[in-house]
Amino acid sequence: MNFPVIKAAGFVLVHAPNIMMEHGTTITMERKNNPDSDYLQKTAQSIRSFEEAVNYAPNQVFIGNLTPEDLQELPRPWHQNPVNKGPQGKYGDIIPENEFYAVMKIADSFQLVELEEEFAARVKTILVSKNIFNDKQLDLLDKSSERDYIEKLVYSGKADGLYENNQLVGCVREAHESDPNLSAHVVFENLVAKASGILALKNLLNKNNLDAAQIDYIIETSEEAIGDMNQRGGGNLAKAIGEIADCSNATGVDMRAFCAGPAHGILTAAALVQSGIFKNVVVMAGGSSAKLGMNSRDHVNKDMPVLEDMVGGYAVLISENDGKNPVIRTDIVGKHKISSGSSPQAVIQAIVVDPLEKNQLKLTDVDVYAPELQNAEITTPAGAGDVPLANYKMIGAMAVKRGEISREELPQFVTQHGVTGFAPTQGHIPSGVPLLGYIRDNILAEKMQRAMIIGKGSLFLGRMTDLFDGISFIIESNSGVLQDSLKGNNEEEFKQEIRNMLADALQELARSMGGGRPSDE
Amino acid sequence: MDMANQTRIKEVAEKFGTDKVVVILGGAEAESAGLTAETVINGDPTYAGPLTNIALKLPVYHIFEIKDLIDPEVYDAQISMMEMVLDVDAIKDEMESIRQQFS
Repeated sequence: MNFPVIKAAGFVLVHAPNIMMEHGTTITMERKNNPDSDYLQKTAQSIRSFEEAVNYAPNQVFIGNLTPEDLQELPRPWHQNPVNKGPQGKYGDIIPENEFYAVMKIADSFQLVELEEEFAARVKTILVSKNIFNDKQLDLLDKSSERDYIEKLVYSGKADGLYENNQLVGCVREAHESDPNLSAHVVFENLVAKASGILALKNLLNKNNLDAAQIDYIIETSEEAIGDMNQRGGGNLAKAIGEIADCSNATGVDMRAFCAGPAHGILTAAALVQSGIFKNVVVMAGGSSAKLGMNSRDHVNKDMPVLEDMVGGYAVLISENDGKNPVIRTDIVGKHKISSGSSPQAVIQAIVVDPLEKNQLKLTDVDVYAPELQNAEITTPAGAGDVPLANYKMIGAMAVKRGEISREELPQFVTQHGVTGFAPTQGHIPSGVPLLGYIRDNILAEKMQRAMIIGKGSLFLGRMTDLFDGISFIIESNSGVLQDSLKGNNEEEFKQEIRNMLADALQELARSMGGGRPSDE
Repeated sequence: MDMANQTRIKEVAEKFGTDKVVVILGGAEAESAGLTAETVINGDPTYAGPLTNIALKLPVYHIFEIKDLIDPEVYDAQISMMEMVLDVDAIKDEMESIRQQFS
């Protein structure tokens, strides 16, 4: 069996403080219910600059300039201990909000994004120098609007504003006057997911010298629903993103499973590649504007900057086995079944323990686990604790229960098999996938042999089931030995055909010699 | 304690009577377990949810506190892992303190 490989991974972070103030649900709900609150004022005063966001160590881990081990060693709180790194990383980039507005405009196929003339010209110059988009795409930025026109649209409620330093520099218009699923707000959210997804996919392609035309299929795994009033989640961001990223030979699909979406998507991609249906499948997602500033109330209460100002995106390429890149072991898959139960122990048993046990592996045989990798500096002030650490303790506790390690060795297990969380709290983004670049590099460098990606999803949030969800798979070093399964099948078929021909010839011979009964004729 | 859970507790208490309802918590952390306990005894301390100024005075325990009442096999299969992960003593102390303070 030839397992598919993780051929490359790309990431993006967008610093989006104004989008947070206008579209983060914690903030917008407060503005609606309590427009003069101290919290809103303090939040507006606690916004980070782009430079602060770039020099924030967890963001540098996300784009590949630092490792999780580096982060563990750095003094905390990280927001008070900046690192001196640039916005370009090995796996991805951090881009400022004004450039992102330009990407939203390029991503917009229905002339719904309006940019003010001076602003559009300014950001076009920046994007031209970055060489990410072609001339035709960049020329879309020439179709700008007068400030008065944009102001009228926003004040009439027919558009949501785009702001830079509290100045209105553009807007996203509603796509239908009465369809709630095409309101300015929904179109805005969807364009943020699309534009950040485009940047993640572009980083995957450009930073790994990949040919966009070689991509056969795209699986998009964000948490937005694309559609109108007759089909709220009809789709399809995958193809829409592929179009802008010049993946001319691809089609695709949106897969949804809350935060477990990326892990489900990667397994599906692995199946498509291993079966031979497609050779190169990209699994990817842009980020969420609604989740920005989700815990900002707790951050400002503790006199911290609002750290949830980053829109995240990821893209990973799953390809045919090349004998080199790490493989996805499609025979070691954990799943949280409908009947598994939703206590934390039942979840870890189903997703982590069962697949390893079934394949005669111990919990200690996995070098590193990649569960939800949220940055604890964001979640701890809000009372959610250190999410990755809690996951590692749970996995270690199962190793204790199974007699693989002693109770005293639990802290050591956590250190040896876990990493420090660094991902922004963007739902599907922290769910295992931010570690894919790091895992691939370490396996290729033979520093690691085996890793487990764990996706978990809170399905109950959608109120259709109170079930939890989770799925996991193993990434392993490539043995370099390829089985020519096609040749093997052909040989077997050929042999069978010879047998059939011989049987027919012998029957014919028997008949010609008069050995057959007359009634057979 | 989130709004949806406050609503459900309020409805259950109204439907069956506060003398027939016991609240069992599974919270992972002492402070949040304590806040939830306070909410179902004395009302929502954040003055944001449906239990604001409603003191249901419900008996409330954390699952770790009622270990002796649970089938050991079920407890081992569902809860024992978390006993190793969480600060059980801190949670128990906080629960006891909240009950003494508000009951």
